[in-house]
Amino acid sequence: MKRRNFIQLASMGVGGLALSHIPVFGNPISPEVALEPIDVALKKRLADAALNAAKSQGATYADVRIGRYLQQYIFTREKQVQNIVNAESYGVGIRVIANGTWGFAATNNVTEAGLAQAASQAIAIAKANARYQQEPVQLAPVKGIGEVSWRTPIVQNAFEVPVAEKADLLLAANAKALENGASFINTALFQINEQKYFASTEGSYIDQDIHRIWPTFSVSAVDRSTGKFRSREALSAPMGMGYEYLSKPGPKIAGPAGTGLQGYNKYYDILEDAVLAAKQAKAKITAKSVQPGKYDLVLDPNHLGLTIHESVGHPLELDRVLGYEANYAGTSFATLDKWKTKNFKYGSKQVNIFADKTQPGSLGYVAYDDEGVKTKRWDLIKDGVLVNYQAIRDQAHIIGEPESHGCCYADHWSSVQFQRMANISLAPGKTKLSVDDMIKNVDKGIYISGRGSFSIDQQRYNFQFGGTVFYEISKGKIVGMLEDVAYQSNTQEFWNSCAAICDESDYRMFGSFFDGKGQPAQISAVSHGSATTRFNGVNVINTARKI
Amino acid sequence: MAILTKDEAQAILKKVLSYSKSDECEASLSGSVGGNIRYARNSVSTSGMNEDTSLSVESRFGKRAGVATVNVFDEESLKKVVQRAEEIARLAPENPEYIPFLGPQTYLPANAHFATTANIKPEFRAEVAGKSIELANAKGLTAAGFLEDSSGFSATMNNKGLFNYGQNSGLTFSVTVRTADGTGSGYATRDFSDASKFETAEPSQVAIAKALGSAQAKAIEPGKYTVIMEPAALVANTDASLLGALFNSLSARPADEGRSFLSKKGGGNKLGEKLFDERITVYSDPNNAEIPSLTWDEDGRPREKITWIEKGVVKNLFTTRYWAQKQNIQSIPTPGGFIMLGGTQSVDDMIKSTDRGILVTRLWYIRPVDPQTLLYTGLTRDGTFYIENGKIKHPVKNFRFNESPIIMLNNLEALGKPVRVGGNLVPPMKIRDFTFTSLSDAV
Repeated sequence: MKRRNFIQLASMGVGGLALSHIPVFGNPISPEVALEPIDVALKKRLADAALNAAKSQGATYADVRIGRYLQQYIFTREKQVQNIVNAESYGVGIRVIANGTWGFAATNNVTEAGLAQAASQAIAIAKANARYQQEPVQLAPVKGIGEVSWRTPIVQNAFEVPVAEKADLLLAANAKALENGASFINTALFQINEQKYFASTEGSYIDQDIHRIWPTFSVSAVDRSTGKFRSREALSAPMGMGYEYLSKPGPKIAGPAGTGLQGYNKYYDILEDAVLAAKQAKAKITAKSVQPGKYDLVLDPNHLGLTIHESVGHPLELDRVLGYEANYAGTSFATLDKWKTKNFKYGSKQVNIFADKTQPGSLGYVAYDDEGVKTKRWDLIKDGVLVNYQAIRDQAHIIGEPESHGCCYADHWSSVQFQRMANISLAPGKTKLSVDDMIKNVDKGIYISGRGSFSIDQQRYNFQFGGTVFYEISKGKIVGMLEDVAYQSNTQEFWNSCAAICDESDYRMFGSFFDGKGQPAQISAVSHGSATTRFNGVNVINTARKI
Repeated sequence: MAILTKDEAQAILKKVLSYSKSDECEASLSGSVGGNIRYARNSVSTSGMNEDTSLSVESRFGKRAGVATVNVFDEESLKKVVQRAEEIARLAPENPEYIPFLGPQTYLPANAHFATTANIKPEFRAEVAGKSIELANAKGLTAAGFLEDSSGFSATMNNKGLFNYGQNSGLTFSVTVRTADGTGSGYATRDFSDASKFETAEPSQVAIAKALGSAQAKAIEPGKYTVIMEPAALVANTDASLLGALFNSLSARPADEGRSFLSKKGGGNKLGEKLFDERITVYSDPNNAEIPSLTWDEDGRPREKITWIEKGVVKNLFTTRYWAQKQNIQSIPTPGGFIMLGGTQSVDDMIKSTDRGILVTRLWYIRPVDPQTLLYTGLTRDGTFYIENGKIKHPVKNFRFNESPIIMLNNLEALGKPVRVGGNLVPPMKIRDFTFTSLSDAV
């Protein structure tokens, strides 16, 4: 059996959710097993044994990650619970530098002997691969920080909430949707707990307890008489939070007048959203088909996050820029020569985009990354100009950085850590501006909320995005729903058409829970904050076809 | 330990069932051994090995089911895993879509395992990467690639009398070669069940030729073009694809529920309707020599040769056992891979017969736009060429497309000789009026 058991959602009838594969990393367990922690003293002893074994065999550097990965996924459709997945995976990954080359090995035999053997394998792989190495690995310095611990600041551990209570909430959302005219609804609640212990030959012993949650659904409306069907996805965001995201009511941000939409931030009202989703799914069936042409786009944070992810987050990953992902995800248009000019206009003056692994509530929030580097915030695009990339320890010297940015991550104990996207966010506007005030000034435009179809080329120039709901803006007012909308643009052109950004009171986070990268593929979860933003004169196509 | 023989697997499974106190119990064993190597910038970047064996037990009391898994096989652990599955089953809600486990089944013999693949050693992986790097280096080019191989077994037994055991193996390789100035890029991918069919240097040579040939591409206007799609542009090893989208849509339940392009206005589905060009025939055969698979699916239903589309007519849709019973239709399992009938022409032959068109090596970042029409968007990548008067005239800049495989398979001009990609057998295709909607600067 492969380490990753991919649950085929389609075969479970969850095909309504726009997710083809959901990775499950471990073995089924009962929910209560998830609440039994592993002793830190034991982890330190094991880590020391592995580090000593690596050093004694010639490692000039080594790190050990002892990981316990817990997942609970609940799937329902209409009136029934379809599946509940409780999984746990426990093991160790050991990374070494020997002969100037990386080596990595992992084992689920978490004993001193098991770790020593894995350390030997990692050394052997490093030595075998050294003959294909062009230059020795160069690591940016990190000072050992001794024994520290950190936990995602959650209010209510989702794993401690009884499964029945959580399933009942999803079924209640299903009932709301069905009462309001939905033909079908699929709901899912994803809960993740990563218990990660990192130790390195530099003297760091870092124990972290990381929590993430994502409630989501897809509502479908089917009109048998015309044969048309449409779906409307949840407007939740995956978050680095506990169950309080669903259970502890908090402030919401009203969407544009006339849409009924709500912006959710640190609290998601799944029942309210299910009601609106059913109504909107039905309305989409008879909505006006868009006239193709140039429009001013007003993009809600729950939509814009994915555009930021694809057109800024990925192209500014230094490993992509250098060519390490050339065979799979591709390279990047944002090459080092453009950055070196210090005048590459990625976007308009308003565009300030930053990377930040310390935003509370975000998916990427941790105190230390997976190579023991303290996390931080840094600028990527300042006043529209490209100023930096995302780099880890063995890349920092290439862009003259004195230290790693702290964005190294492995999705599992058996995966080797590598550069992954930090939370990448668009700073809100500095002058007061609400979404209704923004729309008032738009003559011919489209307001888009939620994620839809997304596609971008392998160097991140040309992209096309759909959305979940579209509203036509005419002469400063929302005049009705639209369908068959997708916008096509070029990254630099698009960000240079950015004309206005709402203020901080509209700022919230979008998230990507299963972002893929690397071969073998690894996933990662990352958030993107923004406020509602206007882009002028973007090319919109009509996607309706006849078959 | 990772790969158990039939006798070893049977002995463990029998023991597991003997511990069961539930109404129904099914136990599945599976294991695999594999390795991979990844390289980029003409250097090996990562490589690794993994092996694992796992036992999964599903216990049922009435319509309540529980699953537990373990990867150690002493008697105490086996007893515990059964107990755990039974405890979970007692607490689980009733499943309204419950279907009893299958009884004894008759399966075709499976031929999906090859010792040549199972015996791959780390040195072989290093040699494959080394050869590719050497060939690229010799031409001043940069290679990035990935080789992954694995072989494994699976066995299932239940207290209704079902038993199956089989082994399979596979190797997948892909390589992207880029020119030093970054204006050319070429790609090739190969996958086999039998590693002895893999010619180490061949895909790198193809990718090198494409990289050199695609440098300094010219822009031409987007619009509707006749295209020749190489098989790697139609199906993919790792990503969504146009034909993959079509194959995965051949499912009965969404069609019956009114949310598939196969749903019929007013209710019902389009089974029996002619939806494609009459040269389109798609079938599956678990014993096909090029893409052998296990001869049963995940729930133990026998896989046999079955036709999905015949001369453009939809003939069969796969379904879960529950849906088949509810709708009173034939219970058809999902296949291991799809085979599309083709012709005898090579890609070169197809180019020769083209007055004006585009040759596409690979499509990328393919995502659904409208499930109603199965419209997808994506881009060309790693070798796109303009054809004029039967010859490749020059490389062209990449395009974004918005197209539906249903429309494509109605605009068919010609089919070539099928080859294996991503565990399927598909022919290169010539298609008229393929819709490119914009240009991309990406190389």
